[in-house]
Amino acid sequence: MTAVLEVSGLKTHFFTHDGVVKAVDGVDFSVSKGEVMGLVGESGSGKSITGFSILGLIDPPGRIVEGAIRFNGEDIANAPQDKLQRMRGNRISMIFQDPMMTLNPVLRVDTQMIEAILAHEDVPRRTAWERSRDALGLVGIPSPEERLQAYPHQLSGGMRQRVAIATAFLNKPDLIIADEPTTALDVTIQAQIIHEAQKLTKQTGTAMIWITHDLAVVAGLADRISVMYAGRIVEQGGIDDVIDRPLHPYTVGLLGSVPTANSRGQRLFQIEGMTPNMLALPKGCAFGPRCHAKSAACSMQPSIEDVCGRRLRCFNPQAKTEMVQ
Amino acid sequence: MSDLTADIAPVEAPAKVETPFQRFRAEFFASKIATGALGVFLLIVLLAVLAPLITPQDPYDLAQVSVMDGRLPPGSEAFDGYTMWLGSDGAGRDLYSAILYGLRISLTVGLASGLIALLIGMAIGLIAAYVGGRTEAVIMRIVDLQLSFPASLVALMLVAALGKGVDKIILALVVAQWAYYARTVRATALVERNKEYVEAAQCLGISRFRIVFRHILPNCMAPLIVVGTVQTASAISLEATLSFLGVGLPQTEPSIGVLIANGFEYMLSGRYWISVFPGLALLLTVVSINLVGDHLRDVLNPRMRK
Repeated sequence: MTAVLEVSGLKTHFFTHDGVVKAVDGVDFSVSKGEVMGLVGESGSGKSITGFSILGLIDPPGRIVEGAIRFNGEDIANAPQDKLQRMRGNRISMIFQDPMMTLNPVLRVDTQMIEAILAHEDVPRRTAWERSRDALGLVGIPSPEERLQAYPHQLSGGMRQRVAIATAFLNKPDLIIADEPTTALDVTIQAQIIHEAQKLTKQTGTAMIWITHDLAVVAGLADRISVMYAGRIVEQGGIDDVIDRPLHPYTVGLLGSVPTANSRGQRLFQIEGMTPNMLALPKGCAFGPRCHAKSAACSMQPSIEDVCGRRLRCFNPQAKTEMVQ
Repeated sequence: MSDLTADIAPVEAPAKVETPFQRFRAEFFASKIATGALGVFLLIVLLAVLAPLITPQDPYDLAQVSVMDGRLPPGSEAFDGYTMWLGSDGAGRDLYSAILYGLRISLTVGLASGLIALLIGMAIGLIAAYVGGRTEAVIMRIVDLQLSFPASLVALMLVAALGKGVDKIILALVVAQWAYYARTVRATALVERNKEYVEAAQCLGISRFRIVFRHILPNCMAPLIVVGTVQTASAISLEATLSFLGVGLPQTEPSIGVLIANGFEYMLSGRYWISVFPGLALLLTVVSINLVGDHLRDVLNPRMRK
């Protein structure tokens, strides 16, 4: 499989009055055609900023200071905006978290979808309308002709997210970045949306980066997973390896805090402490202060290495997962 | 088979969901005062538009105006035979005709200057909000500077410099008022541009120009309409003020303000009608627009919605 997207050594920093926030600090990953990669981490771990860096939508005071973003072999990190604009929505699309906010409240669904097509292709309105209708049908919206005429406030949250997904797929992009697209939806709708997304990536061969903090969502959807902490990837590998046999204490902790049917009545595992202040990261391993397996070595920054069929950034891999049980 | 299907209740057509405009209309007409004010305003506009057809005299046509009819009290008969229901002014103009013709000028000046100021202010405010940085700082300081002077003073200075005439008055009013629109639009656009739908539109590769005018601008319309209404009313009264002070429109084009000024000197001699009736017409126009504007604000402001 060829890599649609290859991110290497990406660093996106924000130069604020209080200091430099290293929101993304050396991230590597690649996504192949038809592959779904889960990008997991807590709030503020840099997963969304990674997504926006790929799209070239980092506003000042932030900028990409280092690294390469190779999209279909071409480096688009810090590419000129007009080139990126032609790419956005066309070759790379994005789906956002809150479907209540991402559709323009005063424009009808058809206006917004047709516009997304016409921004990139010179086709008759009628063709664009037909493609919008078909796209809505593909994501499981009943009577798409009627829905096209609706205003966003006339649609439910799940329906709006389907519209957003349909819009993202309109121009048959090579890559879709989904930024927590199911977080704002209730569980039954979540399952449907994930199902639609999965179906569409398989059908179209679109690569997908699924940003989330919910491991349960990624477990059922992604092929590969990258766990981020404080701007760095701490564990990365095949979904089965990482979910079934996590090695990084942070991944272990994340998995331990997911409620399961077996853990009924027991206290859920909890990762101590809070995400570190990005302006004052702890010395050495950023996860050190919260880690249950901390050792003297952790006062140094661990590098990312290949361990047991995955990439891991830790001195004390957790061979067993008894912490969780 | 047929008796089986008979039991099934016919599927009800889904209730037609109302569009934002329909909801707005329903809410607006729920208020009797606002509906009445809008009715009065539309009536005034209608009277002004139809003035040549429903007035006995053309006050601009010197052949029809006779000094012999000067200062007649309301209800007198004119030399030409018609009744002057509202009396006549010092030049012998029938006040009823003069008011309707005057309203034409006042409304034209008010609406035209309001609309032009709105367009200019809107464009400047949008640019300030979307471009940001130094451009925004410069524009907004100019706006602050402009707003630190009373609008009447700015207009007065300009008219004094430019001279009399409808076009010059409109220009002066535009200059005196664009800043209000610019400030309103910028404030709203700043809020809107940080909303996620703008980010989503950027992610779809839609051009900046389109995002600003197609996505952000329609979301700024509500406050703009309210400010537009109130500012139009104030433009009308500002024009009347300038004309009253004698720097606005010339005697040959009597706007409401000119008529009031004409009657002013006769006030103390008991000939109240020359000033009072045009004054009432002005009052009615401005109050009705303001009432409509006030209610628009209530309807369009989501925070004041029940």
